[in-house]
Amino acid sequence: MHQLTLANISKALAAKQFSAHELTTHLLARIKQLDPQVNSFITVTEDAALQQAQAADQLRSEGQSSALLGVPLAHKDLFCTQGVRTSCASKMLDNFIAPYNATVIEKLNQAGCVSLGKLNMDEFAMGSSGETSFYGASKNPWDLERVPGGSSSGSAAAVAARLVPAATGSDSGGSIRQPAAFTGLTGIKPTYGRISRWGMTAYASSFDQAGFLAHNAEDCALLLQATAGFDERDSTSAQQPVDDYPAALTQPLQGIRIGLPKEYFDDRLDARIGDAVHTAIEQLKQLGATFVEVSLPSLPHAVATYYVIASAEASTNLARFDGVRFGYRCEAPKDLEDLYLRSRNEAFGEEVKRRIMMGTYALSTGYYDAYYLKAQKIRRLIKNDFTNAFEQVDLILGPTTPNLPWQLGAKANDPVAAYLEDIYTVPANLAGIPGLSMPAGVIDGLPVGVQLQAPYFQEARLLQVAHQFQQHTDWHTRTPAGF
Amino acid sequence: MALERCDVEKLAYLARLGLDDAQLDSSTASLNTVLDMINAMQAVNTDNVTPLANPLEATQRLRTDTVTESNQRDDYQALAPAVENGLYLVPKVID
Repeated sequence: MHQLTLANISKALAAKQFSAHELTTHLLARIKQLDPQVNSFITVTEDAALQQAQAADQLRSEGQSSALLGVPLAHKDLFCTQGVRTSCASKMLDNFIAPYNATVIEKLNQAGCVSLGKLNMDEFAMGSSGETSFYGASKNPWDLERVPGGSSSGSAAAVAARLVPAATGSDSGGSIRQPAAFTGLTGIKPTYGRISRWGMTAYASSFDQAGFLAHNAEDCALLLQATAGFDERDSTSAQQPVDDYPAALTQPLQGIRIGLPKEYFDDRLDARIGDAVHTAIEQLKQLGATFVEVSLPSLPHAVATYYVIASAEASTNLARFDGVRFGYRCEAPKDLEDLYLRSRNEAFGEEVKRRIMMGTYALSTGYYDAYYLKAQKIRRLIKNDFTNAFEQVDLILGPTTPNLPWQLGAKANDPVAAYLEDIYTVPANLAGIPGLSMPAGVIDGLPVGVQLQAPYFQEARLLQVAHQFQQHTDWHTRTPAGF
Repeated sequence: MALERCDVEKLAYLARLGLDDAQLDSSTASLNTVLDMINAMQAVNTDNVTPLANPLEATQRLRTDTVTESNQRDDYQALAPAVENGLYLVPKVID
Protein backbone atom coordinates (compact mmCIF):
# COMPACT_ATOMS: atom_id res chain seq x y z
CA MET A 1 0.00 0.00 0.00
CA HIS A 2 2.79 2.43 0.92
CA GLN A 3 4.28 2.25 -2.59
CA LEU A 4 1.11 3.60 -4.21
CA THR A 5 0.78 7.10 -5.59
CA LEU A 6 -2.00 9.36 -4.39
CA ALA A 7 -3.94 8.81 -7.61
CA ASN A 8 -3.68 5.04 -7.24
CA ILE A 9 -4.66 5.18 -3.57
CA SER A 10 -7.71 7.14 -4.63
CA LYS A 11 -8.64 4.47 -7.19
CA ALA A 12 -8.02 1.65 -4.70
CA LEU A 13 -10.21 3.34 -2.07
CA ALA A 14 -12.97 3.81 -4.64
CA ALA A 15 -12.67 0.14 -5.66
CA LYS A 16 -12.73 -0.89 -1.96
CA GLN A 17 -9.42 -2.74 -2.28
CA PHE A 18 -8.63 -1.40 1.19
CA SER A 19 -10.15 1.17 3.51
CA ALA A 20 -8.72 4.53 4.53
CA HIS A 21 -8.54 3.17 8.07
CA GLU A 22 -6.44 0.18 6.95
CA LEU A 23 -4.13 2.41 4.94
CA THR A 24 -3.75 4.91 7.78
CA THR A 25 -3.04 2.12 10.28
CA HIS A 26 -0.41 0.71 7.93
CA LEU A 27 1.32 4.05 7.45
CA LEU A 28 1.25 4.89 11.17
CA ALA A 29 2.98 1.55 11.82
CA ARG A 30 5.61 2.37 9.20
CA ILE A 31 6.18 5.78 10.79
CA LYS A 32 6.71 4.12 14.16
CA GLN A 33 9.07 1.57 12.68
CA LEU A 34 11.05 3.65 10.17
CA ASP A 35 10.88 7.31 11.14
CA PRO A 36 13.59 6.98 13.79
CA GLN A 37 15.95 6.47 10.83
CA VAL A 38 14.93 9.62 8.92
CA ASN A 39 13.49 11.91 11.64
CA SER A 40 10.87 13.34 9.32
CA PHE A 41 7.98 13.85 11.77
CA ILE A 42 7.87 16.36 14.62
CA THR A 43 4.36 15.37 15.70
CA VAL A 44 2.37 12.26 14.74
CA THR A 45 -1.38 12.74 15.19
CA GLU A 46 -2.32 9.09 15.44
CA ASP A 47 -5.75 9.35 17.06
CA ALA A 48 -6.96 12.23 14.90
CA ALA A 49 -5.69 10.47 11.78
CA LEU A 50 -7.60 7.29 12.57
CA GLN A 51 -10.75 9.32 13.26
CA GLN A 52 -10.41 11.20 9.97
CA ALA A 53 -9.85 7.92 8.15
CA GLN A 54 -12.92 6.38 9.74
CA ALA A 55 -15.00 9.41 8.80
CA ALA A 56 -13.77 9.15 5.21
CA ASP A 57 -14.64 5.44 5.09
CA GLN A 58 -18.09 6.26 6.43
CA LEU A 59 -18.63 8.86 3.69
CA ARG A 60 -17.49 6.41 1.04
CA SER A 61 -19.86 3.76 2.40
CA GLU A 62 -22.65 6.33 2.01
CA GLY A 63 -21.80 6.62 -1.66
CA GLN A 64 -19.67 9.77 -1.56
CA SER A 65 -16.51 9.84 -3.59
CA SER A 66 -13.90 12.41 -4.47
CA ALA A 67 -10.28 12.29 -5.52
CA LEU A 68 -8.77 12.96 -2.08
CA LEU A 69 -11.38 11.39 0.21
CA GLY A 70 -9.50 9.21 2.71
CA VAL A 71 -6.07 9.94 1.21
CA PRO A 72 -3.30 10.34 3.82
CA LEU A 73 -1.01 13.37 3.87
CA ALA A 74 1.31 15.09 6.32
CA HIS A 75 2.05 18.77 6.67
CA LYS A 76 5.16 20.87 6.99
CA ASP A 77 5.13 22.18 10.54
CA LEU A 78 4.63 25.82 9.55
CA PHE A 79 1.00 25.34 8.52
CA CYS A 80 -1.27 26.14 11.44
CA THR A 81 -3.28 23.06 12.45
CA GLN A 82 -6.01 23.69 14.99
CA GLY A 83 -5.36 21.93 18.28
CA VAL A 84 -2.04 20.51 17.08
CA ARG A 85 1.42 21.86 17.85
CA THR A 86 2.73 24.07 15.05
CA SER A 87 6.39 24.55 15.92
CA CYS A 88 8.11 25.79 12.75
CA ALA A 89 10.86 23.49 14.08
CA SER A 90 11.81 26.22 16.54
CA LYS A 91 12.26 26.21 20.28
CA MET A 92 10.33 29.48 20.08
CA LEU A 93 7.12 27.63 19.14
CA ASP A 94 7.80 24.26 20.78
CA ASN A 95 4.75 24.85 23.01
CA PHE A 96 2.53 26.55 20.39
CA ILE A 97 -0.82 24.84 19.75
CA ALA A 98 -2.35 26.58 16.74
CA PRO A 99 -5.79 28.05 17.49
CA TYR A 100 -6.99 27.76 13.87
CA ASN A 101 -6.30 25.96 10.59
CA ALA A 102 -4.36 27.45 7.70
CA THR A 103 -6.47 27.83 4.54
CA VAL A 104 -4.43 25.04 2.89
CA ILE A 105 -5.21 22.70 5.79
CA GLU A 106 -8.86 23.73 5.78
CA LYS A 107 -9.19 22.98 2.07
CA LEU A 108 -7.44 19.61 2.32
CA ASN A 109 -9.61 18.67 5.31
CA GLN A 110 -12.70 19.58 3.32
CA ALA A 111 -11.45 17.40 0.46
CA GLY A 112 -11.39 14.50 2.91
CA CYS A 113 -7.64 14.10 3.39
CA VAL A 114 -6.32 12.32 6.45
CA SER A 115 -3.47 14.12 8.23
CA LEU A 116 -0.86 11.83 9.78
CA GLY A 117 0.97 14.68 11.48
CA LYS A 118 3.44 17.52 11.21
CA LEU A 119 6.76 17.35 9.44
CA ASN A 120 10.27 18.45 10.29
CA MET A 121 11.83 21.44 8.52
CA ASP A 122 14.56 24.02 8.79
CA GLU A 123 13.72 26.42 11.61
CA PHE A 124 11.18 28.96 10.30
CA ALA A 125 12.01 27.61 6.80
CA MET A 126 15.48 29.18 6.95
CA GLY A 127 17.89 26.64 5.54
CA SER A 128 18.40 24.30 2.62
CA SER A 129 19.47 21.13 4.42
CA GLY A 130 16.99 20.54 7.25
CA GLU A 131 19.83 20.90 9.73
CA THR A 132 18.62 24.11 11.40
CA SER A 133 15.65 22.28 12.97
CA PHE A 134 15.33 22.45 16.77
CA TYR A 135 14.27 18.78 16.57
CA GLY A 136 17.40 17.59 14.79
CA ALA A 137 18.13 17.11 11.11
CA SER A 138 16.04 14.86 8.89
CA LYS A 139 18.03 12.28 6.95
CA ASN A 140 17.94 11.50 3.26
CA PRO A 141 16.37 8.03 2.78
CA TRP A 142 18.68 7.47 -0.22
CA ASP A 143 21.73 7.83 2.04
CA LEU A 144 21.16 8.34 5.75
CA GLU A 145 24.48 10.16 6.06
CA ARG A 146 23.26 12.92 3.72
CA VAL A 147 20.81 15.80 3.94
CA PRO A 148 17.38 15.50 2.31
CA GLY A 149 17.48 19.19 1.35
CA GLY A 150 15.38 21.93 2.85
CA SER A 151 13.67 23.74 4.12
CA SER A 152 10.87 21.16 3.52
CA SER A 153 13.25 18.46 4.78
CA GLY A 154 10.74 16.33 6.67
CA SER A 155 8.24 16.51 3.79
CA ALA A 156 10.89 15.17 1.41
CA ALA A 157 12.23 12.51 3.78
CA ALA A 158 8.76 11.23 4.75
CA VAL A 159 7.48 10.91 1.17
CA ALA A 160 10.74 9.42 -0.14
CA ALA A 161 10.71 6.87 2.72
CA ARG A 162 7.12 5.93 1.80
CA LEU A 163 5.80 6.96 5.22
CA VAL A 164 3.15 9.11 3.54
CA PRO A 165 2.25 9.34 -0.17
CA ALA A 166 2.53 13.15 -0.41
CA ALA A 167 3.12 16.16 1.78
CA THR A 168 2.63 19.89 1.90
CA GLY A 169 5.67 22.10 1.77
CA SER A 170 6.54 25.73 1.30
CA ASP A 171 9.03 27.29 -1.06
CA SER A 172 10.52 30.75 -0.52
CA GLY A 173 13.86 30.17 -2.27
CA GLY A 174 13.69 26.55 -3.40
CA SER A 175 12.42 24.85 -0.25
CA ILE A 176 10.13 22.45 -2.15
CA ARG A 177 12.06 21.97 -5.39
CA GLN A 178 15.52 21.38 -3.91
CA PRO A 179 14.46 18.72 -1.36
CA ALA A 180 12.30 17.09 -4.06
CA ALA A 181 15.40 16.89 -6.28
CA PHE A 182 17.52 15.51 -3.43
CA THR A 183 15.05 12.72 -2.63
CA GLY A 184 13.75 11.63 -6.04
CA LEU A 185 10.34 13.33 -5.75
CA THR A 186 8.22 15.66 -7.83
CA GLY A 187 7.77 19.03 -6.14
CA ILE A 188 5.75 22.00 -7.29
CA LYS A 189 6.05 25.62 -6.22
CA PRO A 190 3.08 27.43 -7.74
CA THR A 191 2.99 31.10 -8.77
CA TYR A 192 3.28 33.55 -5.87
CA GLY A 193 -0.27 34.06 -4.58
CA ARG A 194 -1.74 30.95 -6.25
CA ILE A 195 -2.31 29.14 -2.91
CA SER A 196 -3.33 31.12 0.16
CA ARG A 197 -0.62 32.02 2.67
CA TRP A 198 -3.20 32.46 5.44
CA GLY A 199 -2.14 30.41 8.44
CA MET A 200 1.26 29.60 6.94
CA THR A 201 3.84 31.09 9.28
CA ALA A 202 5.57 33.93 7.46
CA TYR A 203 9.30 33.90 6.78
CA ALA A 204 9.75 36.11 3.71
CA SER A 205 6.29 37.31 2.77
CA SER A 206 6.96 38.39 -0.81
CA PHE A 207 8.46 34.96 -1.61
CA ASP A 208 6.60 32.41 0.55
CA GLN A 209 4.42 30.02 -1.44
CA ALA A 210 2.79 26.77 -0.37
CA GLY A 211 3.09 23.71 -2.58
CA PHE A 212 3.55 19.94 -2.56
CA LEU A 213 6.05 17.11 -2.67
CA ALA A 214 4.71 13.88 -4.16
CA HIS A 215 5.78 10.93 -6.29
CA ASN A 216 4.66 12.33 -9.62
CA ALA A 217 3.10 15.23 -11.48
CA GLU A 218 -0.35 13.64 -11.43
CA ASP A 219 -0.40 13.67 -7.63
CA CYS A 220 0.82 17.28 -7.57
CA ALA A 221 -2.02 18.18 -9.95
CA LEU A 222 -4.64 16.63 -7.63
CA LEU A 223 -3.30 18.51 -4.62
CA LEU A 224 -2.95 21.81 -6.44
CA GLN A 225 -6.51 21.49 -7.73
CA ALA A 226 -7.79 21.12 -4.17
CA THR A 227 -5.89 24.11 -2.77
CA ALA A 228 -5.36 26.77 -5.46
CA GLY A 229 -7.56 29.83 -5.57
CA PHE A 230 -8.31 33.24 -4.16
CA ASP A 231 -8.58 33.69 -0.40
CA GLU A 232 -9.73 37.03 0.92
CA ARG A 233 -7.90 36.39 4.20
CA ASP A 234 -4.53 36.53 2.38
CA SER A 235 -3.85 40.09 1.27
CA THR A 236 -1.54 38.92 -1.54
CA SER A 237 -3.76 36.08 -2.78
CA ALA A 238 -4.10 36.10 -6.57
CA GLN A 239 -7.52 36.78 -8.10
CA GLN A 240 -6.92 34.54 -11.08
CA PRO A 241 -9.11 31.69 -12.33
CA VAL A 242 -7.84 28.19 -11.47
CA ASP A 243 -7.08 25.86 -14.40
CA ASP A 244 -8.11 22.21 -14.61
CA TYR A 245 -4.72 20.70 -13.75
CA PRO A 246 -5.55 16.97 -14.02
CA ALA A 247 -7.08 17.59 -17.46
CA ALA A 248 -3.91 19.31 -18.68
CA LEU A 249 -1.72 16.29 -17.92
CA THR A 250 -2.69 14.27 -20.95
CA GLN A 251 -2.03 16.98 -23.55
CA PRO A 252 0.80 15.97 -25.93
CA LEU A 253 4.02 17.98 -26.04
CA GLN A 254 4.01 18.64 -29.79
CA GLY A 255 4.95 22.23 -30.48
CA ILE A 256 6.07 23.12 -26.94
CA ARG A 257 9.12 25.39 -26.98
CA ILE A 258 11.50 25.03 -24.05
CA GLY A 259 14.31 27.44 -23.24
CA LEU A 260 17.69 26.43 -21.82
CA PRO A 261 19.26 29.36 -19.96
CA LYS A 262 22.93 29.37 -20.90
CA GLU A 263 23.84 30.70 -17.44
CA TYR A 264 22.51 27.46 -15.87
CA PHE A 265 25.11 25.31 -17.58
CA ASP A 266 28.46 26.67 -16.44
CA ASP A 267 31.26 25.27 -14.31
CA ARG A 268 29.36 25.57 -11.03
CA LEU A 269 27.15 22.67 -12.22
CA ASP A 270 28.25 19.12 -11.38
CA ALA A 271 28.94 17.75 -14.87
CA ARG A 272 27.15 14.49 -14.05
CA ILE A 273 23.98 16.44 -13.26
CA GLY A 274 24.48 18.33 -16.52
CA ASP A 275 24.59 14.99 -18.35
CA ALA A 276 21.35 13.85 -16.67
CA VAL A 277 19.67 17.11 -17.71
CA HIS A 278 20.80 16.61 -21.31
CA THR A 279 19.45 13.06 -21.33
CA ALA A 280 16.09 14.44 -20.17
CA ILE A 281 16.25 17.05 -22.95
CA GLU A 282 16.73 14.29 -25.55
CA GLN A 283 13.75 12.38 -24.13
CA LEU A 284 11.54 15.48 -24.25
CA LYS A 285 12.65 16.14 -27.84
CA GLN A 286 11.39 12.68 -28.77
CA LEU A 287 8.04 13.62 -27.25
CA GLY A 288 7.77 16.65 -29.52
CA ALA A 289 9.29 19.51 -27.52
CA THR A 290 11.77 21.84 -29.20
CA PHE A 291 14.64 23.51 -27.38
CA VAL A 292 16.38 26.87 -27.82
CA GLU A 293 19.03 28.65 -25.80
CA VAL A 294 17.83 31.64 -23.77
CA SER A 295 19.63 34.01 -21.41
CA LEU A 296 18.96 35.11 -17.82
CA PRO A 297 21.82 37.62 -17.55
CA SER A 298 21.09 38.67 -13.94
CA LEU A 299 21.29 35.08 -12.64
CA PRO A 300 24.73 35.54 -11.01
CA HIS A 301 23.21 38.13 -8.64
CA ALA A 302 20.10 36.16 -7.72
CA VAL A 303 21.45 34.59 -4.53
CA ALA A 304 22.69 37.90 -3.07
CA THR A 305 19.44 39.64 -4.02
CA TYR A 306 17.38 36.90 -2.45
CA TYR A 307 19.30 36.83 0.82
CA VAL A 308 19.06 40.61 1.25
CA ILE A 309 15.31 40.86 0.65
CA ALA A 310 14.35 37.58 2.35
CA SER A 311 16.42 38.45 5.44
CA ALA A 312 14.87 41.92 5.57
CA GLU A 313 11.40 40.44 5.45
CA ALA A 314 12.35 37.79 8.01
CA SER A 315 13.66 40.38 10.45
CA THR A 316 10.30 42.15 10.25
CA ASN A 317 8.14 39.02 10.40
CA LEU A 318 10.01 37.51 13.34
CA ALA A 319 9.70 40.68 15.40
CA ARG A 320 6.35 39.27 16.54
CA PHE A 321 8.10 36.68 18.71
CA ASP A 322 8.52 38.75 21.85
CA GLY A 323 7.85 36.28 24.65
CA VAL A 324 4.64 38.11 25.59
CA ARG A 325 1.65 36.84 23.61
CA PHE A 326 2.73 33.33 22.59
CA GLY A 327 5.81 31.19 22.25
CA TYR A 328 8.87 30.89 24.46
CA ARG A 329 9.56 33.14 27.43
CA CYS A 330 12.87 33.11 29.31
CA GLU A 331 13.02 32.28 33.04
CA ALA A 332 12.73 35.13 35.56
CA PRO A 333 13.19 38.21 33.34
CA LYS A 334 14.42 41.15 35.37
CA ASP A 335 12.61 43.71 33.24
CA LEU A 336 10.73 43.96 29.94
CA GLU A 337 13.84 44.49 27.86
CA ASP A 338 15.58 41.54 29.45
CA LEU A 339 12.48 39.48 28.62
CA TYR A 340 12.74 40.40 24.92
CA LEU A 341 16.52 40.02 24.67
CA ARG A 342 16.81 36.69 26.45
CA SER A 343 13.61 35.09 25.14
CA ARG A 344 14.65 35.75 21.55
CA ASN A 345 18.29 34.81 22.01
CA GLU A 346 17.48 31.61 23.88
CA ALA A 347 14.72 30.41 21.53
CA PHE A 348 15.96 31.27 18.03
CA GLY A 349 18.65 29.13 16.41
CA GLU A 350 21.87 30.42 14.93
CA GLU A 351 20.71 30.65 11.30
CA VAL A 352 17.50 32.45 12.23
CA LYS A 353 19.45 34.98 14.29
CA ARG A 354 21.92 35.46 11.45
CA ARG A 355 19.13 36.29 9.01
CA ILE A 356 17.35 38.55 11.49
CA MET A 357 20.56 40.55 11.97
CA MET A 358 21.36 40.57 8.26
CA GLY A 359 17.86 41.86 7.55
CA THR A 360 18.06 44.43 10.33
CA TYR A 361 21.29 45.69 8.78
CA ALA A 362 19.83 45.83 5.24
CA LEU A 363 16.91 47.92 6.53
CA SER A 364 18.87 50.19 8.87
CA THR A 365 19.45 53.90 8.40
CA GLY A 366 22.35 54.54 6.05
CA TYR A 367 22.33 51.04 4.53
CA TYR A 368 18.76 50.77 3.22
CA ASP A 369 19.62 52.20 -0.22
CA ALA A 370 22.81 50.18 -0.64
CA TYR A 371 21.23 46.86 0.31
CA TYR A 372 17.44 46.64 0.46
CA LEU A 373 16.61 49.09 -2.31
CA LYS A 374 19.50 47.90 -4.49
CA ALA A 375 18.29 44.31 -4.13
CA GLN A 376 14.73 45.31 -5.03
CA LYS A 377 16.05 46.91 -8.22
CA ILE A 378 17.97 43.78 -9.16
CA ARG A 379 14.82 41.82 -8.38
CA ARG A 380 13.15 43.82 -11.16
CA LEU A 381 16.01 42.95 -13.55
CA ILE A 382 15.58 39.25 -12.74
CA LYS A 383 11.84 39.44 -13.37
CA ASN A 384 12.57 41.21 -16.68
CA ASP A 385 14.99 38.43 -17.65
CA PHE A 386 12.16 35.90 -17.35
CA THR A 387 9.68 38.12 -19.16
CA ASN A 388 12.11 38.43 -22.06
CA ALA A 389 12.85 34.71 -22.12
CA PHE A 390 9.16 33.80 -22.10
CA GLU A 391 8.64 35.89 -25.23
CA GLN A 392 10.61 33.17 -27.03
CA VAL A 393 9.64 30.01 -25.15
CA ASP A 394 6.77 28.38 -23.23
CA LEU A 395 8.92 26.95 -20.46
CA ILE A 396 12.45 27.08 -19.11
CA LEU A 397 14.33 23.90 -18.19
CA GLY A 398 17.54 23.31 -16.28
CA PRO A 399 19.00 21.52 -13.28
CA THR A 400 17.25 22.03 -9.93
CA THR A 401 20.51 22.01 -7.98
CA PRO A 402 24.17 22.45 -8.92
CA ASN A 403 25.27 19.53 -6.73
CA LEU A 404 24.10 16.25 -5.26
CA PRO A 405 22.87 16.09 -1.63
CA TRP A 406 25.79 16.78 0.68
CA GLN A 407 26.94 14.98 3.81
CA LEU A 408 25.21 15.98 7.04
CA GLY A 409 27.27 18.73 8.65
CA ALA A 410 29.37 19.44 5.55
CA LYS A 411 28.16 23.04 5.20
CA ALA A 412 27.11 23.64 8.79
CA ASN A 413 29.86 26.16 9.47
CA ASP A 414 29.78 27.88 6.11
CA PRO A 415 26.44 29.63 5.54
CA VAL A 416 27.53 31.17 2.24
CA ALA A 417 28.41 27.78 0.76
CA ALA A 418 24.89 26.60 1.59
CA TYR A 419 23.30 29.81 0.21
CA LEU A 420 25.10 29.40 -3.12
CA GLU A 421 23.48 25.98 -3.58
CA ASP A 422 20.19 27.85 -4.12
CA ILE A 423 21.38 29.48 -7.35
CA TYR A 424 18.92 27.71 -9.66
CA THR A 425 15.86 27.91 -7.43
CA VAL A 426 15.80 31.46 -6.01
CA PRO A 427 15.19 33.20 -9.37
CA ALA A 428 11.64 31.76 -9.60
CA ASN A 429 10.84 33.16 -6.14
CA LEU A 430 12.34 36.55 -6.98
CA ALA A 431 10.18 36.72 -10.12
CA GLY A 432 7.18 34.98 -8.50
CA ILE A 433 6.84 32.44 -11.33
CA PRO A 434 5.93 28.77 -10.82
CA GLY A 435 8.55 26.01 -10.81
CA LEU A 436 8.61 22.22 -10.59
CA SER A 437 11.36 19.71 -9.95
CA MET A 438 11.06 16.17 -11.31
CA PRO A 439 13.40 13.21 -10.88
CA ALA A 440 15.58 12.61 -13.94
CA GLY A 441 18.40 10.33 -12.93
CA VAL A 442 20.39 8.67 -10.19
CA ILE A 443 24.12 9.31 -9.69
CA ASP A 444 26.11 7.23 -7.20
CA GLY A 445 22.84 6.12 -5.64
CA LEU A 446 21.56 9.71 -5.24
CA PRO A 447 18.62 11.23 -7.15
CA VAL A 448 18.94 14.13 -9.59
CA GLY A 449 16.23 16.71 -10.30
CA VAL A 450 15.37 18.64 -13.43
CA GLN A 451 13.61 21.95 -12.94
CA LEU A 452 10.88 23.40 -15.15
CA GLN A 453 9.80 27.03 -14.83
CA ALA A 454 6.78 28.64 -16.50
CA PRO A 455 5.19 32.08 -16.92
CA TYR A 456 2.81 33.29 -14.20
CA PHE A 457 -0.13 30.96 -13.48
CA GLN A 458 0.94 28.34 -16.02
CA GLU A 459 1.25 25.52 -13.50
CA ALA A 460 -0.76 23.37 -15.92
CA ARG A 461 2.10 23.54 -18.42
CA LEU A 462 4.65 22.44 -15.81
CA LEU A 463 2.48 19.52 -14.77
CA GLN A 464 1.76 18.53 -18.37
CA VAL A 465 5.43 18.37 -19.35
CA ALA A 466 6.41 16.55 -16.16
CA HIS A 467 3.56 14.06 -16.56
CA GLN A 468 4.42 13.33 -20.19
CA PHE A 469 8.07 12.87 -19.21
CA GLN A 470 6.98 10.49 -16.45
CA GLN A 471 4.93 8.42 -18.91
CA HIS A 472 8.21 7.58 -20.66
CA THR A 473 10.70 7.40 -17.77
CA ASP A 474 10.72 5.55 -14.45
CA TRP A 475 12.95 7.74 -12.26
CA HIS A 476 9.90 8.84 -10.26
CA THR A 477 9.09 5.22 -9.35
CA ARG A 478 12.50 4.42 -7.84
CA THR A 479 12.45 3.68 -4.11
CA PRO A 480 15.45 4.05 -1.78
CA ALA A 481 16.73 0.71 -0.44
CA GLY A 482 15.27 -0.22 2.93
CA PHE A 483 12.02 1.73 2.45
CA MET B 1 31.59 47.75 4.06
CA ALA B 2 32.77 45.22 6.66
CA LEU B 3 31.04 45.06 10.03
CA GLU B 4 32.93 45.67 13.27
CA ARG B 5 32.05 43.89 16.48
CA CYS B 6 30.44 47.09 17.79
CA ASP B 7 28.23 47.26 14.67
CA VAL B 8 27.00 43.73 15.33
CA GLU B 9 26.38 44.61 18.96
CA LYS B 10 24.15 47.46 17.80
CA LEU B 11 22.35 45.28 15.23
CA ALA B 12 21.71 42.59 17.82
CA TYR B 13 20.24 45.18 20.14
CA LEU B 14 18.06 46.67 17.38
CA ALA B 15 16.75 43.15 16.72
CA ARG B 16 16.39 42.53 20.49
CA LEU B 17 18.70 39.52 20.44
CA GLY B 18 20.66 39.32 23.66
CA LEU B 19 23.88 37.85 22.25
CA ASP B 20 26.71 37.05 24.66
CA ASP B 21 30.37 37.88 23.99
CA ALA B 22 31.16 34.61 22.23
CA GLN B 23 28.04 34.94 20.04
CA LEU B 24 29.02 38.50 19.12
CA ASP B 25 32.43 37.31 17.95
CA SER B 26 31.09 34.43 15.89
CA SER B 27 28.23 36.54 14.47
CA THR B 28 30.64 39.26 13.38
CA ALA B 29 32.69 36.71 11.47
CA SER B 30 29.73 34.97 9.85
CA LEU B 31 27.84 38.15 8.94
CA ASN B 32 30.97 39.45 7.24
CA THR B 33 31.26 36.32 5.08
CA VAL B 34 27.61 36.79 4.07
CA LEU B 35 28.23 40.47 3.34
CA ASP B 36 31.21 39.62 1.16
CA MET B 37 28.91 37.50 -0.99
CA ILE B 38 26.16 40.13 -1.01
CA ASN B 39 28.40 43.08 -1.81
CA ALA B 40 29.03 41.74 -5.33
CA MET B 41 25.61 43.07 -6.25
CA GLN B 42 26.88 46.64 -5.84
CA ALA B 43 28.53 46.20 -9.25
CA VAL B 44 25.18 45.81 -11.02
CA ASN B 45 24.01 48.88 -12.93
CA THR B 46 20.53 49.68 -11.62
CA ASP B 47 20.23 53.25 -12.91
CA ASN B 48 16.62 54.10 -13.75
CA VAL B 49 15.38 50.71 -12.51
CA THR B 50 12.21 50.84 -10.41
CA PRO B 51 12.41 48.67 -7.28
CA LEU B 52 10.16 45.60 -7.28
CA ALA B 53 8.37 44.88 -3.98
CA ASN B 54 5.63 42.45 -5.02
CA PRO B 55 6.53 39.99 -7.78
CA LEU B 56 3.05 40.31 -9.32
CA GLU B 57 3.17 44.10 -8.83
CA ALA B 58 -0.10 43.76 -6.96
CA THR B 59 -1.24 46.52 -4.68
CA GLN B 60 -3.10 46.09 -1.44
CA ARG B 61 -6.77 45.24 -1.91
CA LEU B 62 -9.32 47.44 -0.18
CA ARG B 63 -12.47 46.25 1.56
CA THR B 64 -15.35 47.88 3.31
CA ASP B 65 -14.62 48.86 6.88
CA THR B 66 -16.76 46.30 8.64
CA VAL B 67 -15.98 43.91 11.49
CA THR B 68 -15.43 40.40 10.12
CA GLU B 69 -13.52 38.76 12.97
CA SER B 70 -15.15 37.22 15.99
CA ASN B 71 -13.71 37.71 19.46
CA GLN B 72 -11.24 34.91 20.19
CA ARG B 73 -9.39 36.48 23.07
CA ASP B 74 -9.73 33.48 25.35
CA ASP B 75 -8.33 31.12 22.69
CA TYR B 76 -5.41 33.41 22.03
CA GLN B 77 -4.65 34.14 25.66
CA ALA B 78 -4.52 30.43 26.37
CA LEU B 79 -1.27 30.45 24.38
CA ALA B 80 0.40 33.25 26.35
CA PRO B 81 3.20 32.62 28.85
CA ALA B 82 1.42 34.71 31.52
CA VAL B 83 -2.04 36.29 31.66
CA GLU B 84 -4.27 37.58 34.42
CA ASN B 85 -7.86 38.85 34.21
CA GLY B 86 -7.69 38.93 30.41
CA LEU B 87 -4.43 40.89 30.36
CA TYR B 88 -1.00 39.81 29.15
CA LEU B 89 1.51 40.00 31.98
CA VAL B 90 5.00 41.45 31.56
CA PRO B 91 7.60 42.55 34.13
CA LYS B 92 6.86 45.89 35.73
CA VAL B 93 7.63 48.75 33.31
CA ILE B 94 6.88 51.78 35.55
CA ASP B 95 8.18 52.07 39.13
